[in-house]
Amino acid sequence: MKAVLKLDQIEKYYGSRSNLTKALDSISFEVEESEFVAIMGASGSGKTTLLNCISTIDKVTAGHIIVDGTDVTKLKGNQLNCFRREELGFIFQDFNLLDTLTAYENIALALSIQNVPAKQIKEKVSDAAKQLGIEDVLDKYPYQMSGGQKQRVASARAIITNPELVLADEPTGALDSKSARMLLESFESLNGNGATILMVTHDSFTASYASRVIFIKDGKLFHEIRRGADNRKQFFDKIIDVVTLLGGDVSDAL
Amino acid sequence: MLFKLSINNIKKSMRDYAVYFFTLIVGVAVFYVFNAIHSQTVMMDISKNTMEIIELMEGMLSGVSVFVAMIMGFLIIYATRFLIKRRNREFGLYMLLGMGKRKISMILFGETFLIGLISLGVGLIFGVCISQFMSILVARLFEADMTEFQFVFSKDACIQTIAYFCLMYLVVIIFNTIMVGRYQLIDLLQSDKKTEKIRMKNPWICMIVFIISAAVLGYAYYLVTEGFTEIDAGRIYLPIVLGAVSTFFIFWSLSGLMLKVVMSIKNVYYRGLNSFVFRQFASKINTMVVSMTIICLMLFVTICVLSSALSMNHSMNTNAKELAPADIQLIKRRNLDDSWMEQGYTKKDIQNSRISLLEEYKKAGLNLEKYLGDYVQYNIYATDELTLGDTFGSKLKEVQMVYSSLTYDTAETIMSVNDYNRVASLYGNKTYSLKDDEYMIVGDFESMMNLRDQALEKGEAIEVFGHMLKPKYNSCQRGFVEMAANHVNGGIILIPDDAVDTDYIEYDGITGNYMSNDKQKTEAAFKEEIKEKTEISYVSTSRLEILENSIGLGAMVVFIGMYLGIIFLISCAAILALKELSESADNVERYDMLRKIGTDEKMILGALFQQIGIFFLFPLILACVHSYFGIRFCTMLLETFGKEKIMQSVLETAGIIVLIYGGYFLITYLCSKNMIQKNRSTH
Repeated sequence: MKAVLKLDQIEKYYGSRSNLTKALDSISFEVEESEFVAIMGASGSGKTTLLNCISTIDKVTAGHIIVDGTDVTKLKGNQLNCFRREELGFIFQDFNLLDTLTAYENIALALSIQNVPAKQIKEKVSDAAKQLGIEDVLDKYPYQMSGGQKQRVASARAIITNPELVLADEPTGALDSKSARMLLESFESLNGNGATILMVTHDSFTASYASRVIFIKDGKLFHEIRRGADNRKQFFDKIIDVVTLLGGDVSDAL
Repeated sequence: MLFKLSINNIKKSMRDYAVYFFTLIVGVAVFYVFNAIHSQTVMMDISKNTMEIIELMEGMLSGVSVFVAMIMGFLIIYATRFLIKRRNREFGLYMLLGMGKRKISMILFGETFLIGLISLGVGLIFGVCISQFMSILVARLFEADMTEFQFVFSKDACIQTIAYFCLMYLVVIIFNTIMVGRYQLIDLLQSDKKTEKIRMKNPWICMIVFIISAAVLGYAYYLVTEGFTEIDAGRIYLPIVLGAVSTFFIFWSLSGLMLKVVMSIKNVYYRGLNSFVFRQFASKINTMVVSMTIICLMLFVTICVLSSALSMNHSMNTNAKELAPADIQLIKRRNLDDSWMEQGYTKKDIQNSRISLLEEYKKAGLNLEKYLGDYVQYNIYATDELTLGDTFGSKLKEVQMVYSSLTYDTAETIMSVNDYNRVASLYGNKTYSLKDDEYMIVGDFESMMNLRDQALEKGEAIEVFGHMLKPKYNSCQRGFVEMAANHVNGGIILIPDDAVDTDYIEYDGITGNYMSNDKQKTEAAFKEEIKEKTEISYVSTSRLEILENSIGLGAMVVFIGMYLGIIFLISCAAILALKELSESADNVERYDMLRKIGTDEKMILGALFQQIGIFFLFPLILACVHSYFGIRFCTMLLETFGKEKIMQSVLETAGIIVLIYGGYFLITYLCSKNMIQKNRSTH
């Protein structure tokens, strides 16, 4: 299988020489095509920093990140923007939808900044909306939607450009449990349609929807488990075991 | 402690305050500069006549200053309230920590005080510096010599500036205290969480409102231009009110309409960030309609005032040179009868009026050749047999209906064509010839000429001193006899030499040029000798006087126009800039979001530029349309001053607007750009 994402010994330091914090400490792993990977860790473990580095929003101190054959640590300026809009799709905890635009326009924006002709936009948006079950909210503004609907609109925006990799940062963080489940089921079906998803979460339930979970502790790779033939419940129990192993300080990680 | 908090607050919010600060400093400086003009002229070598004009100007400027102070006061109150609103969360935090409203008021008081103090100080320093350059401008406008350069500080202007601005800040402090008193903690803390609901306006209603307001605006335009004759001074408010109201509704309806139209053109709307830009625009314009209207109207006034003032100055200067082609003109009233005794004339005056000016000078032993190189003598006739009404002949009724305010029974000014030609050739104007049964009319007061043309076109014959004459031309010809600063010749009827009757001489005049090149000295000596040798001093007009007067008046108009124009411009540009800057502060997150989904930096900056550009351009465009008609109206009002250089004045006005308004636009854009890019590195 082809590796969509390859992390090679990446490190990220904060602070000065006298007071150095290693946010990421020589992390390496690969994500293959059509995989659904979750990264778990407590607050401050470095998982969001990791995601920011992969998404090119932040820069690594050392190491290489290769997405679909391109070393993103070597990209600069507008190359970065170009890379981000063509290769990546983003889903954020706080949705990051533009409140002045309708759902339809929010989704279409991802295409229009790539100068896709208006005719194709309509087709693609309704296609993505169907996949995520949000056809009936397309004409609404973000403030008229529920959190779950907003996050599904954001997901539609993330996948509409057919990115190599979809990055999700705590996508269920601001959702109630029912909406969270619906969203994760959408993720499963997107994944089933061939999307590669990398999701950061500290919630074991959310992580149990993934096919592989990577645990991070204090900036280092701690453990990795694969779902394999387990059903979701069994996988969830396995995750809980690791979380317990991670230590009492991760008591919030349920 | 509280004071320290105030200082830190100002330092922290410098970004928001910069434009406001800058505007205050400019305001103070302009205020000082224009009130100090009088002192700047002290070291100049100017005549008494010019000095009087400068004093008149000083009086008018201080009157205008009250108005200017009101505008500035409005701006300051608006801006501070606006800036404070942006800090609701900060005050909420203070209140949450247990700070009383009185203390919050004290913080605000400290801030206002500090800002006031600094802006006054810096503004005055700038003002004093700029006013030194102003002296050069004043000297040039008054065509005076700068005897020596001297640093001038006007204490009066300084005190006046400080007094006015202190008053303004005092009002601001009162307003702030009232505002703080009304605070509710929950509103303060949640003030930025409120999502503004976007209400799409019904496009059909927008369309109807737009059409109606455009029609009303069109009617207002018609009233001030074509329909000008139908309105009198009392009804001038009608088009102004109509214009202002329809301006508001045009902005209101256009905001809804534009979005609808652009949205329906899918290829445009879904290209790049267009959908984002238009939505931003639409979401804001709902709350901006009122301020856009005010800004549009203020821009309109600025453009009209500036271009009219500049064009008045231009035409006054050219008029004076064109309409006073000879050095001096002396006029004597002739053929007075006994009835004039009631008006203070003595028997001797009446006797004296039987002889001509030339004869009188000869009798008095005054040798004109001593002063004048070449001169001509001419007579002007008038008779009650030929009045203004008579010249209209059969058209009189019709004309009277439309122009009811004219007096139709005043006697017409009549001249023999030969006398006119002699004056005209001295002036370098066109000469004419007439057959025995012809007459013609010369004049330069346009609207009067147009009126007379109606009769001439019809070929109305007139009867003068027993001769029936028909018009030679079917329109009035340009020309004048009496020197003046403006086009005031309402029409002189020229008749053949044989047709005149010397019994009806009303005036007789001499006009000529001085021999010597030192006109000032010759004029003084000449006038002195006339005063000495003749008992009555006759009406005399000299080129020098006309020039001084009109240059002085022109300069005055320019100063007042510039004063008002600059204050209006900076006020509305500052309001727009403040609004846009705070919008940009709110939009930082939105732009960040765009960046996260991979929008090109160039595209983002383009969107920012468009957003700010639209808000600056929108009121300006409508103001320009307003001004087109406004300036036409002004030129009609100021017709006597001429309108030769209106284009040049409009261009000069455009230059000033581009400089100030464009400058504010640029500052706003650059500050906003800074704001939305600052966050980039931290994410």
